[in-house]
Amino acid sequence: MTPLIDRMQQWFVSLPHCATLGLRFVDSAENWVILAVDWREELVGNPATGVLHGGVITSLVDTCSALSAFTGLEEAEAMATLDLRIDYLKPAQPQQTVFCRAECYKLGRQIAFTRAVCYQQDMNNPIAHGLATFMRASSRAVLGGGQA
Amino acid sequence: MTSDYMTRFLALRDAKDYHGIIDSIPYARLLGVEMSEDGEGNLLFTLPFAERNVGNPILPALHGGVIGGFLENAALIHLMWIRESLEPPKVIDFSLDYLKSGRPQPLFARCSLTKQGKRVAHMLIEAWQEDARQPVAVARAHFLLA
Repeated sequence: MTPLIDRMQQWFVSLPHCATLGLRFVDSAENWVILAVDWREELVGNPATGVLHGGVITSLVDTCSALSAFTGLEEAEAMATLDLRIDYLKPAQPQQTVFCRAECYKLGRQIAFTRAVCYQQDMNNPIAHGLATFMRASSRAVLGGGQA
Repeated sequence: MTSDYMTRFLALRDAKDYHGIIDSIPYARLLGVEMSEDGEGNLLFTLPFAERNVGNPILPALHGGVIGGFLENAALIHLMWIRESLEPPKVIDFSLDYLKSGRPQPLFARCSLTKQGKRVAHMLIEAWQEDARQPVAVARAHFLLA
């Protein structure tokens, strides 16, 4: 894990919405990052079955994918989501943690391209797929704190 | 969701109990979603600004996941609202384009059903803040109906 990812993961999981959901950092190497969210009644979208709301998955994928874009960087910069698509492959099992592994498969000069899988017990049996693109240096406000 | 939940949802709808509908969805309650009908009977969703929904405290801006979750929730409620089915729709895919950062202000959303087939529905969703002509995000989604 790079020093920047270590600094950025601490900042990302402490963001108000991420802290509200309880996102936590699990691991990172090369061009990928794994984050997790533990099941909580407050995060449920489906009151009859206890399945997590898709919005929780969206936040997890967005945050994890943005963080993965920093794996190839040495310095913090602003990063804005341009688009995000989630395919829901099957419902998440209630009471179980959801993991997201996102990788930045192309870090361009201006755009970062990422792909992600969300899973519970088995990374090879995912519950959702996510694809996103990010605009680099999208503002003067550098993520992680400070101004450019 | 089972048909018990849908029976309850449709009863809340018939009573126009907007608060009751939001209250029945823990995640919508956590975000602080509100819903109402505009003058023409279209559903309008509102997300009042809350500090806990911030994703970038420097700008500050709403978290992209909050915007996405708010829109996905709006689409699901809208679809259940206009249908009579006891079968709850399931999201197949959800695709979001972010056009502007979400300012620390109320965020609004409205949905339109573009197509309702036997098995699949397609919806468009739009979010804006001060000016509906300058959307913060637009989204499209497919739902499985049966």
